[in-house]
Amino acid sequence: MYDTPNTERDVDQKEIKIEARGVQVFYGTTHAIKDVDVDIEDKTVTAFIGPSGCGKSTFLRCLNRMNDTIDICRVEGKIEIDGDDIYDKRVDPVQLRAKVGMVFQKPNPFPKSIYDNIAYGPRIHGLAKTKADLDEIVEKSLRRGAIWDEVKDRLHAPGTGLSGGQQQRLCIARAVATEPEVLLMDEPCSALDPIATAQVEELIDELRENYSVVIVTHSMQQAARVSQKTAFFHLGNLVEFGETGKIFTNPEDSRTESYITGRIG
Amino acid sequence: MTDASMDNAAEGARRTISLYADDDLTRKRNAAEKRFQAYGIAAIAAGLFFLIVLLVSIVGSGVGAFQQTFITVPVYLDEAKLDKNGNRDVEDIKKVSTFGYNPLIEQAVFDKVTENGIATPLAKRGDMKALLSASAAAQVRDTVIANPDLIGQTVEFRILASSRVDGYLKGRVKREDVERDKNIDAEHLDLVDAFVASGVIQKQFNVDFILGADASESRPEQAGIGVAMLGSFFMMIVVLLLSLPIGVAASIYLEEFAPQNRWTDMIEVNISNLAAVPSIVFGILGLAVFIQFAHLPQSAPLVGGLVLTLMTLPTIIISTRASLKAVPPSIRDAALGVGASKMQAVFHHVLPLAMPGILTGTIIGLAQALGETAPLLLIGMVGYIATNYPGGIAEGFLSPNSAMPAQIYEWAKRADPAYYERAWGGIIILLVFLLTMNIIAIILRRRFERRW
Amino acid sequence: MPVLWLILIVLVIGAVGFVIGRQKALGSAGGDSRELHSLPTYYGSNVFMKVVVPALLLMVVWLVVQPLMIENTISKMIPDSEIDAGSNLGLVMAEVRRAAEGLDNAVAAGAISEDMARNARADFTDMTTRLKDAGQIVTSEITQPILAAAQQYRISTSRGSLLMTIAVIAVALAGLAWAYMQTHKDFRARNVVEQGVLAILISAASIAILTTIGIVLSLIGNTVAFADLYGVGLLVRELGHEEIARIVAADPELAAKLGQDYSDIEFGMEYYSGWARSWAGLADFFTNLDWAPSFSGRGGASSLGIIPLLWGTLYISVVALVVAVPIGLFAAVYLSEYASNRVRSFAKPMLEVLAGIPTIVYGLFALLTIGPILMSVFGDNTVGWMQGQRAVLTAGIAMGIMLIPFVSSLSDDIINAVPQAMRDGSYGLGATRSETIRQVVLPAALPGIVGAILLAASRAIGETMIVVLGAGAAARLSLNPFEAMTTVTAKIVSQLTGDSDFASPEALVAFALGMTLFLMTLGLNVFALYIVRKYREQYD
Repeated sequence: MYDTPNTERDVDQKEIKIEARGVQVFYGTTHAIKDVDVDIEDKTVTAFIGPSGCGKSTFLRCLNRMNDTIDICRVEGKIEIDGDDIYDKRVDPVQLRAKVGMVFQKPNPFPKSIYDNIAYGPRIHGLAKTKADLDEIVEKSLRRGAIWDEVKDRLHAPGTGLSGGQQQRLCIARAVATEPEVLLMDEPCSALDPIATAQVEELIDELRENYSVVIVTHSMQQAARVSQKTAFFHLGNLVEFGETGKIFTNPEDSRTESYITGRIG
Repeated sequence: MTDASMDNAAEGARRTISLYADDDLTRKRNAAEKRFQAYGIAAIAAGLFFLIVLLVSIVGSGVGAFQQTFITVPVYLDEAKLDKNGNRDVEDIKKVSTFGYNPLIEQAVFDKVTENGIATPLAKRGDMKALLSASAAAQVRDTVIANPDLIGQTVEFRILASSRVDGYLKGRVKREDVERDKNIDAEHLDLVDAFVASGVIQKQFNVDFILGADASESRPEQAGIGVAMLGSFFMMIVVLLLSLPIGVAASIYLEEFAPQNRWTDMIEVNISNLAAVPSIVFGILGLAVFIQFAHLPQSAPLVGGLVLTLMTLPTIIISTRASLKAVPPSIRDAALGVGASKMQAVFHHVLPLAMPGILTGTIIGLAQALGETAPLLLIGMVGYIATNYPGGIAEGFLSPNSAMPAQIYEWAKRADPAYYERAWGGIIILLVFLLTMNIIAIILRRRFERRW
Repeated sequence: MPVLWLILIVLVIGAVGFVIGRQKALGSAGGDSRELHSLPTYYGSNVFMKVVVPALLLMVVWLVVQPLMIENTISKMIPDSEIDAGSNLGLVMAEVRRAAEGLDNAVAAGAISEDMARNARADFTDMTTRLKDAGQIVTSEITQPILAAAQQYRISTSRGSLLMTIAVIAVALAGLAWAYMQTHKDFRARNVVEQGVLAILISAASIAILTTIGIVLSLIGNTVAFADLYGVGLLVRELGHEEIARIVAADPELAAKLGQDYSDIEFGMEYYSGWARSWAGLADFFTNLDWAPSFSGRGGASSLGIIPLLWGTLYISVVALVVAVPIGLFAAVYLSEYASNRVRSFAKPMLEVLAGIPTIVYGLFALLTIGPILMSVFGDNTVGWMQGQRAVLTAGIAMGIMLIPFVSSLSDDIINAVPQAMRDGSYGLGATRSETIRQVVLPAALPGIVGAILLAASRAIGETMIVVLGAGAAARLSLNPFEAMTTVTAKIVSQLTGDSDFASPEALVAFALGMTLFLMTLGLNVFALYIVRKYREQYD
């Protein structure tokens, strides 16, 4: 379905959702991200690609301040979402994360029922007033996660009992349930088999309707299949950022070219 | 796949979150967060608070035991009383019991009253008795028997004051208490005050508390923990000599040679269960097997050591196995690769590399055994038994003795509050030993720890 | 010390064997050690092993079996008339052993000659006076049969020792000869020695099983003895004196067996079967609501019900857990989820210091610090709830403090085993730390934490010194935490360290208490370890 990079893809200029300027990240004394500027658009899938250890996941985790949970990590520069600086003192990272959801590399359902997995976010953020509201949110999120039909009869079975691909879609549904505006995905398919991967990729394309999606991926084919914009990271630098079609067919930087043709990796 | 109409409906209802303005819910959640964190801090603080209270009460109540009140007086060793025949024959001198010495000592103290011009209603020599420890006469008598030539001379003695006087100087005995006390009166305390002013009565460091023997219930001022310390020492020797080789042998077998079978499984289950059996049950075992069945002597450090060995073996086996497991398989492969037998690989390569870990575990096991009390009570290491120094190594293992924690328990049981101070003091000594052992273990671990 | 000498002799033979074995092996290879199958040391070790191991094994077995056999023969020499009412064979045999020891000492001191000590027809009065003069008889008067038994005991013991010495040395020499014959350059000495070492390792590992067997046997044997003695006392008391007299009068066979003077207990032992006696004893032990041991010798009837002791044990343990679990759990949560490295590296070892402090210290702390503090708050001068310093609360708080590090380090391990991905998932949804901990981490860790709490409970139930010093001595079934109560462990200590006769139900009940305690803690541990293991597997 998405086997070839689609150069004629819809590339209209859209509203900018996240604006990052001069971002530097340090782990202790290691300089992990060096002066990165990037604009991420709304209702677009943006892919971060690059060799292992290039800083793409680190940068992704800056966007919802997940790096705060690591003691030795320090972030400099400015990241704005809808014009609000997320590293401002007034910003509560907890609220930020409700607005910028995240899906992880390995499916990580909580050891609770499927229903409780989805309801967890809405509950802590107070999104449902009644049980009926909550039921509705759960159903809607599971539908958006494209997993409703598979689990609707066993909502109270443990989430850990699902298959890997189902678990990951459950995690996406769980992230969607808090009504975020941005969805961050850190290699969401790396632990899945090809069929499950195809299902998740299809889902990502649908999510683009409503969200700004940022996906970190190891697989260039995947980036080409699902994203409209692509950013190539190398050794902590953002080497090149632009339309996915252009990056894959006509990269400006020689390093990008080497990477996508398989010479560095 | 997705329900499009539902999505669009949701679109309109999407909540817009401003990152800067806190809403009520966020404030509530953040308050809950603060509260939760405060519980955690409170828990840590409570733990540390208990530790501090514990240490303060140990040190505060126990440090007094290292000081004792002494009366320094010149005693005239009257020949007419102590050696009527005048031939300095030790056998004759021995016939004079402590009762013969008491008047001389009391007289010496009484002379000090006159000498210092202290005004006191206590006009008789015999009134001085309340100031003196009952052990004073024995102390003087022992000196005289050891050196009969002193008879006829005036010799300066440092004599233990009675526990009431000691308690008065340490603030344990209050003036309002002595009204009901038949051992001492307020006049005596006035006299003590005067003596303290003139330097006759002084608190001094008391080495006999650390090195001495236990004393009878009525003489707390004389009691020391030294003999019980020896008892603990002999027990630890037994524990070390038995538990280290047996523990290492058992661990080597289980870790390196044991096939996966039911016998091995049974041993493993047994070890992990024995590690959690209450120590008193080991005391029952010791009583039934070593004393009832094998007729080993009661209260002997040898038996205590055997019981503690059985108790610490599981601990030592568990830590030894962990150290053996930490040696990477590549070492074994390397040895086997040059043609060593499995036994040689283990004894020449694995065991030496695991040794620091094994020693650390053993020291910690020994420290645990050193502080254990309950099983010792059941094999008879309780009561007034730590009274004589063992005469030799064999006697050290076999003759009845106490152990430090059992001695502390014995003191804590006695009625005289003067013994409580001794019990706390004993705890200080016990903790110093435990601390030293743990520090040695930590140093060993730091110095020799290897990361593979 | 003949045993020590014997060991030394065997070791010397072994050392000699080592040297000559090594030399013979080298000799057979013409002095070139490369010709040998194994290193020369192994040939020496082979000889040493075959000398020492069988000889010492024989010695150990002999030392265990000989006293049993002698005891058996000697006890047949003692007529029933020597066993007074209220006494038993065991006590008389102890008397015999003491007398024999007295004879030994008297011979050593030169008060009597060896011949005289052995002569069974020696004048009894003369002998006792001499023994008394030598200061060797301190206990009650010795009777003629006891002295005779003591003399026989001495003779058998020394004969046995002599035989043992000969046998052990003979075995050692036989081992030497056998191993020496084997020694040849093609002999696989290393394999044989390694087999031997492996056998030693296996036996060391099996000590754990022996210990368990020892515990179980010593508990079961004495528990049965207790149930029997206690049960028969209950049964005959229920029958009453007149009823017993009637039964004996009606049954000539029984009357003939019992003879003229019989006590109620002797009647009960004949009249009831062992099962009936034990059953009656155990049933009362587990159901009686009263714990009131009579002082032995006064003939009063003891009431030995475990329930009040169990109640005290459980009550104090619950108080301890109420103190330890919240503090330990919150401390663990804080240390693993919030604390900075500096705080952790300071607070964690500090809390663990609490775990390294011996229980006697906590006992003293309960008695002399916590008790007085509680008295000043709840005592007569204020609200008057507390009568004495020893109370459930006193012991419970001290025990709780002791358990804090136990709970916190176990929970710490368990909380750290919850995968980080789980936390990330929750943070990624915008949960705060406390929400993550309460709703994700703790539920995930719950089985492990329950296991940890059960382990702590088992510790609390088995703890002795704190309750001996802090809880009091009176058994009580009460809900008031300010009252003194007592526990199973405290009663084990007091029943076995008191001066009651070892063969009385009042002393033997300690073994029944120990058995109950052992089974309870064992059950808790097995269950807790099972839960913890299951939990670990979930995340491995």
